[in-house]
Amino acid sequence: MGGKYSGARTKRRWRGLAAAAWVLIAVVGAAVMHCTQRRQSMDRAEERLFSMCEERARMLQEQFGVTVNHVHAIAILIATFNYEKSPPAIDADTFAKYTARTSFERPLLNGVAYAQRVFHHEREMFESQQGWIMNTMQREPAPPRDEYAPVIFSQDTVSYLARIDMMSGEEDQENILRARTTGKAVLTNPFRLLGSNHLGVVLTFAVYRPDLPADASVEQRVEATIGYLGGGFDVESLVENLLSKLAGNQDIVVNVYDVTNASEPMALYGPSILDEQVPHVSMLDFGDPFRRHEMRCRYRQKPPIPWSVITNPLGLFVIWMLLGYSIAAAYSRYDKVTEDCRKMEELKTQAEAADVAKSQFLATVSHEIRTPMNGVLGMLDMLLGTDLTMTQKDYAQTAQMCGRALITLINDVLDRAKIEAGKLELEAVPFDLRSLMDDVISLFSSKSREKCIELAVFVCNDVPKVVLGDPWRFRQILTNLVGNAVKFTERGHVFVRVCLDENSNMEANQVIHGTMNGKDGKVESTTNGAFNTLSGFEAADRRNSWQYFKLLLSNKESLLDDLEDENSNQSDSDHVTLAISIEDTGVGIPLQAQDRVFTPFMQADSSTSRNYGGTGIGLSISKCLAELMGGQISFTSRPFVGSTFTFSATLKRSYEDISVDSSRSLSEALPTAFKGMKAILIDGRPVRSAVTRYHLKRLGIIVQVVNNMSAVVKAFPGKNGATVSREKATMLFIESDFWRPETDVQLLNHLREHKNGLLSDAPKVVLLVTSEADKDNYGSIFDIVMCKPIRASTIASSIQQLLKVEMPERKENQNRPSFLRSLLVGKNILVVDDNKVNLRVAAAALKKYGANVSCVESGKDAISLLQPPHSFDACFMDVQMPEMDGFEATKQIRQMEMKANEEMKNKLALSEGSTVVEYHLPVLAMTADVIQATYEECIKSGMDGYVSKPFDEEQLYQAVSILVVGTMDSAV
Amino acid sequence: MSAANQLAALIANMFATGLLDDQFQQLQMLQDPSAPNFVSEVVTLFCHDGERIIGELAKLLDKPTVDFDRVDAFVHQLKGSSASVGALKVKNTCIQFREFCQQKSKDGCLKTLETVRINFYELRGKFQTMLQLERQVNGFPPNN
Repeated sequence: MGGKYSGARTKRRWRGLAAAAWVLIAVVGAAVMHCTQRRQSMDRAEERLFSMCEERARMLQEQFGVTVNHVHAIAILIATFNYEKSPPAIDADTFAKYTARTSFERPLLNGVAYAQRVFHHEREMFESQQGWIMNTMQREPAPPRDEYAPVIFSQDTVSYLARIDMMSGEEDQENILRARTTGKAVLTNPFRLLGSNHLGVVLTFAVYRPDLPADASVEQRVEATIGYLGGGFDVESLVENLLSKLAGNQDIVVNVYDVTNASEPMALYGPSILDEQVPHVSMLDFGDPFRRHEMRCRYRQKPPIPWSVITNPLGLFVIWMLLGYSIAAAYSRYDKVTEDCRKMEELKTQAEAADVAKSQFLATVSHEIRTPMNGVLGMLDMLLGTDLTMTQKDYAQTAQMCGRALITLINDVLDRAKIEAGKLELEAVPFDLRSLMDDVISLFSSKSREKCIELAVFVCNDVPKVVLGDPWRFRQILTNLVGNAVKFTERGHVFVRVCLDENSNMEANQVIHGTMNGKDGKVESTTNGAFNTLSGFEAADRRNSWQYFKLLLSNKESLLDDLEDENSNQSDSDHVTLAISIEDTGVGIPLQAQDRVFTPFMQADSSTSRNYGGTGIGLSISKCLAELMGGQISFTSRPFVGSTFTFSATLKRSYEDISVDSSRSLSEALPTAFKGMKAILIDGRPVRSAVTRYHLKRLGIIVQVVNNMSAVVKAFPGKNGATVSREKATMLFIESDFWRPETDVQLLNHLREHKNGLLSDAPKVVLLVTSEADKDNYGSIFDIVMCKPIRASTIASSIQQLLKVEMPERKENQNRPSFLRSLLVGKNILVVDDNKVNLRVAAAALKKYGANVSCVESGKDAISLLQPPHSFDACFMDVQMPEMDGFEATKQIRQMEMKANEEMKNKLALSEGSTVVEYHLPVLAMTADVIQATYEECIKSGMDGYVSKPFDEEQLYQAVSILVVGTMDSAV
Repeated sequence: MSAANQLAALIANMFATGLLDDQFQQLQMLQDPSAPNFVSEVVTLFCHDGERIIGELAKLLDKPTVDFDRVDAFVHQLKGSSASVGALKVKNTCIQFREFCQQKSKDGCLKTLETVRINFYELRGKFQTMLQLERQVNGFPPNN
């Protein structure tokens, strides 16, 4: 139990861990999924940002490049037309017009202006030539310096630059210097442009003399510079303009920086950075190798995390948890079912144990009660044997009756318990079925007479005479069923019929067949308007009515004459299945109770036990017993009509003649002295007459059945002729209900007188009645009034009295002494007793049974007489004798015998093959006090048994018969 | 009153007074043509035997030291004899006697010996009468 408990605990803990692990996996899984998706979405956003940024950068760069190219073209234009032509082909107006017209080519430039390189020594000439004075950025006359770069041509959009010396602006000066050394477009730092106040850069392009070689050195370039072309990039508005043309503009923020000085990027475009978001950086190449620019793009807002990043892992989590839950639920369900199953198993075991215990308890208790009850009953028996007053006797008898009832009940319960425990074993001994049936019937004869109901038994002819089975159990079933039938029947009959099972079925089939053909459609005969059953009352099962019964009989009609001949209908197998039906015309079983008739302790209804008594256990035992005998039990019952119980049992045929083994015989064999006698039976009821005929047949009496008295008279020849002696019926059986006193008495007297007054010749008249009361009424008219139920043996004894048939061997109480006589006759018996009186009496008693008796008065004499070889067959030895008592004498006798036996063996050893017949003289002790100790001492000293002194016939018989059985083995 | 009637009356009386029991009837049944004098033979034997035993017992009990084993053996013999003839009273007294023997009570023994003697002589007297009557019935004239 402890292990199991801790196992459950660890299991629970394990399950807790599993659940936690499950949840953990779910959380981790969801988190991982969330992170992955989030990163993926961020990657995607970044990619998009990257592509957008690149796109913008390239576009900007391209446009810038285009613009620069165009500026380059203008530079070449100026070089060509302003310096190679003389006078110059371009003037300020032309330049302004041309640039204005071609400004679409330079979308990024707000305007271009051309500044001429003027050395200081040329200033005066230049100023006079142009007609104006160079100004600085601050609109002041330019201070003197080495070089000047006054703007001579300008686009209209930047006309404010005209006449300004570009060298005066620090940034412009630096730009100009760088441009002329590199020969490329250079850019300034971003700054607020004049005019628009937008952030911008200034592009400066050096204009060289056309003869400048392509691979000119820096000095050559500086020397060849003739002027500078510049333009302001209004980066802010231009980029704005550019970006607005592209998709997704509002999503991202674009910044453009000048990162020439990496540590201090200068904003060219875009709002100042507010958040820490890492931007995407695209490099911008504006063609100025000195300056580096880059474009930084970022989302205006942090890219929103898509819902799916949250919902998907959440969904996964939920699904996972649900899955876990269902697994847990299934598991716990499985657990519960297993547990329940185990509990059930346990309960089942307990219940079974309890059932076994119950049976054992019942068996034990019943047994324990039975033992003292037997004592009580025995004592009551003895008490009844003493002198009692009437009242005392009545009390004692009542007590005995109650005791018997109790012991019957206990036996029933014990049987039931035994059957339930499977401990009931059936015996297999040969028994005479017919006499067993008679015995059972006779048990209930007094009851049936009291109630005035017909009780009859009929055994079919083809049922073997002797069968192997358990007669006690068979009898138990019968007693039970017949007892019930008698108990519940107030009028009519109880009819027990035994036949072979196959015949029973065949008969039923034939009847059905017959009925179907319409030949015998009318089932009930109309004799006196009654039913054609045993008593004329209707029965539940019609199988026993004459219509059916006749068929059963007709099958064996040919065999009926020879009762003893069983070999003629021997069947192939050793087993016979008997069908026994017990039919009554009692109250029947209520329909609602019919299905629980075989349930133990269940009676038809509670009022039954009040009216009829009993516990209701009998039928269930009968059912079990019938099943143990390989048969079954069933019934047909109609309330207020009657019940018919039918049971079958499979028994073995026995070819052993039962009369040989007389000690096992349940009842004595029937006398044979009546064989060949004839009788006439007056009975209008075919079924009943068949029963009576059956019993008479068993005695060997040939029966003729007639309907009424007048038919009898006809049956007798009118005159005393020669045929009379041969055909004469010795007996006349009359059923009481076919006896009509007023007419039949005369007929009877007539019949008697007819026989020439020879009374001895007249047939003896036997009346068959059902109740004791009738017996007295008719006593005077008939020779015998026989009370039913009739049995072969009762008929035999009555007829024997009536006819004075000599039957020396069959007198009651003669059986045993004659047996004793047969055992002892001619035997030489030695009686040893020191008491002369006892000696004389014992000798006389033994002589009476035909023994030759020798007497000696002491053990020593006995020993001398019994020196082998001797001729004695037995020795009766007194135990208490002076000098040498019986035990001592017997011991010596046995020693002598042993010696003699050994000698004989030695002799016989020489002549091989012959059997050894050992001397063993049966010695019986004679003793007055028969107690266990004495018996044990008898056996110890080599005696074979004991008899009490003085001789009791019964005991002598027992002792001698044991002796005979014992000596049979060794002496025969 | 004929001898036969007297005999029957005597025997009936003996049964009625409890001197005899069923065993005596058994004895009577054992008497048949093959042993015509069986009952008288047995009764005579019983009387002689009884007389002898009672004499022996008186002698034994008269001694200063009583050998109770021997007394018991004799009483047992008497008991056996009386049981065989069906002498109920004598037998019952013998049973009592043996109990005293086992207790080794000399007084008790002497007392019961007296009872045995009385019972025995009463029975013997009646037996003798019976035997006489029987002889008369069987056609032998009385000796005296």
